Amino acid sequence: MLKDLVTPENANVFIGKLGDILEKAIDKPLGYAINWGRIWSLWPVHIETACCSVEFGAASSPRYDVERFGIIEAFGSLRQCDLIVVQGTITRKMAPRLRLVYDQMPEPKYVIAMGACAITGGLYFDSYNVLPGIDGVLPVDVYVPGCPPRPETLIQGCILLQEKIKRMKARKFV
Amino acid sequence: MSTDTKQVVTEEKPVEEKPVEEKPAAKPAAKPVELPAFEKSISDKVVEKFGDKIQVEFVKENRVGIKVNRENVHDVAEFIRDGLNYDHVESVSGVDYPQDKEIEVVYHIGSYSDSSLAKQILVLATRAQREENPIPGKDATKLPTLRDIFYSVEFHEREVFEMFGVYFTGHPDNRRLLLPEDWADLPPLRKDFAIKGR
Amino acid sequence: MTNELPPGLAIQKVDERIMTLNVGPQHPGSGHMRIIVQIDGDYIVACDPDPGYVHRGEEKMAEYRNYITNIPHLERPVIHDSCNVLYPYVLGVEELLGIEVPERAKYVRVICSELNRCIYIMYWLAIYGIFLGHSTMFMWPAGDRELLIDLMEKISGARVTHAHFVPGGVRNDLPPNFEEVCLRQVNYFEKRIKEYAAVFYDNPILISRTENTGVLSREDAIRLGTTGSVLRASGVDYDLRIKEPYDVYEELDVHSPVMKEGDSYARSKIPWLDMLESCNIIKQALQKMPKSGSVRVKLKPNPKGKGLDSVYKRVESGRGSLGCHIVSDGKVEPYRLKLSVGSFRNLIALPYLLKGEKLGNMPSVYWSLNYWPVEADR
Repeated sequence: MLKDLVTPENANVFIGKLGDILEKAIDKPLGYAINWGRIWSLWPVHIETACCSVEFGAASSPRYDVERFGIIEAFGSLRQCDLIVVQGTITRKMAPRLRLVYDQMPEPKYVIAMGACAITGGLYFDSYNVLPGIDGVLPVDVYVPGCPPRPETLIQGCILLQEKIKRMKARKFV
Repeated sequence: MSTDTKQVVTEEKPVEEKPVEEKPAAKPAAKPVELPAFEKSISDKVVEKFGDKIQVEFVKENRVGIKVNRENVHDVAEFIRDGLNYDHVESVSGVDYPQDKEIEVVYHIGSYSDSSLAKQILVLATRAQREENPIPGKDATKLPTLRDIFYSVEFHEREVFEMFGVYFTGHPDNRRLLLPEDWADLPPLRKDFAIKGR
Repeated sequence: MTNELPPGLAIQKVDERIMTLNVGPQHPGSGHMRIIVQIDGDYIVACDPDPGYVHRGEEKMAEYRNYITNIPHLERPVIHDSCNVLYPYVLGVEELLGIEVPERAKYVRVICSELNRCIYIMYWLAIYGIFLGHSTMFMWPAGDRELLIDLMEKISGARVTHAHFVPGGVRNDLPPNFEEVCLRQVNYFEKRIKEYAAVFYDNPILISRTENTGVLSREDAIRLGTTGSVLRASGVDYDLRIKEPYDVYEELDVHSPVMKEGDSYARSKIPWLDMLESCNIIKQALQKMPKSGSVRVKLKPNPKGKGLDSVYKRVESGRGSLGCHIVSDGKVEPYRLKLSVGSFRNLIALPYLLKGEKLGNMPSVYWSLNYWPVEADR
């Protein structure tokens, strides 16, 4: 039956869709494998929005060495990233750019809101140029509180995100 | 600088000796002597040149404050550069005075090339007319730019323009600097712009 | 405002050879700002910096908070240099309120300020390394910096945002045995940073990339009003710790490094020499500091200024002169507060330095200006 369906003209389409077909056929074990792959390749976009980037940088320093968890590894291109860490205050000028960056990222993509400013506006709750939290712009997966959060807190947030991805349905993004 | 002041104070003491002997009345009379001498000499030079056109606001340690109206600010700044050897502007800050219907623009001018002026900051203040309903750039809130005299005011004046709506005539680049491109509200540092929840 | 579109959105009439390129805000070589460059082939013909992505309105917020509650948010512009960015504000408030600071507090301030300067420069150096693709120079400073962060954590309890300086002194006294620990750490730190010369500053690849790029002459440095390491790299000997000493810098022996070349290499070396000098100052201050005594003057709640008054105080921060202009009208809040920051003053040099440079040199020239975008935007 498959032989009748696959012709030389549409063979490449079928091969391209093979992953989907397999995944839909056997969701559980394969989905687990796909999620497992996603967990260890959480690459963040290189976009800093405010001062939490100092602690973000300190998290990759030799003392904290966040790369041993397989997260926040290197700064690749936007199109290869699947994590966006919102590092602090979102101003009105930055918000459209942030959304633009998020829209250009390929699925699956996850968002970590780092710092009090990214969660609620924090210390700048009454400033005229600061958004009260990132929720209105991006769908947030994990909130990392602190002003600024210590690198340990950021690492814990990333591990929580890994836990979350493990329990997600892999098919959601296909 | 401190040695300078001491010298001049000791020189002037013989002149002021008599009021010192009259003990109770001496204290208010002795006050002008306490003005730092070097700073006083700077302000005296400006007063000598411009007379009534300027007004010395304060003479403190290392700081001389001069107030000038907007017609003369360009000439005074030129004299400060050429006559007094100041060479750069450290900061330009606007201060809004709604009750006076004026916006003050304060230039803090310092000097790198003259080592005797290294400590000194000359505070040049001038005032622009304030509009109730500002249309930045198109109303009467205007001042002559000092960019042709002190090059370093370029970005500072751009900032004052967007934060207070003071247009600097003659500035080649009166564009927005820090605020978002779609900002359509009042200039935010004016006193009538209230931030949310306050 | 004229009817022009904002930079970057305007349709620019340019030659067909010339291409407009947006660098940032999502770019590994720009940080939190955008640099609009026009390039002809590989050479930059014009450059227009577009800051303001972190403009949080600190100056407006300060008008709604009293002199004490202003402290936490005023140190946020440069959280890894938070003592220095707060310093001029605290000095200004002390002058406005007429407070005399105890001797020991002044020394504690100097120690904190110098420790913070090192912490700031180490982070700056780490980013400079990664901008040039020198990963070792990211890892070493980022790791060694933690030593000094530990010291500051011992003093104030927080890793980066200390809020340790208050009008009238410092918030808390030094912890017991701090002097020995500090001396040991600083000695080790000094030994470590001397090793950077071999791996970074004497590295022929770094020298070939940064020498004679972005040359700022002495006259231009003065004319543009640059400050800090940019100014001192161009041969102007101007350091506020020497020229207008505040607190106890008069009693300490400070030698500020000066270089004449004015290129990116000199601008990147001056902060490193600054750190060595800071270590010296910390050791001197530890020696001369009174061993006991009060570190804080008790203030009345909600202190007020004395009528209409204005002060302008400045200190030498990690990025150069940092001035704070406070206008008070006798209320509990400042009437107007303006921070004149080194980053904002150095930014004006960027269009001049980049003109005629290769595009590949942009990150090294840009970051050598000792620029921290969050501070410049306030």
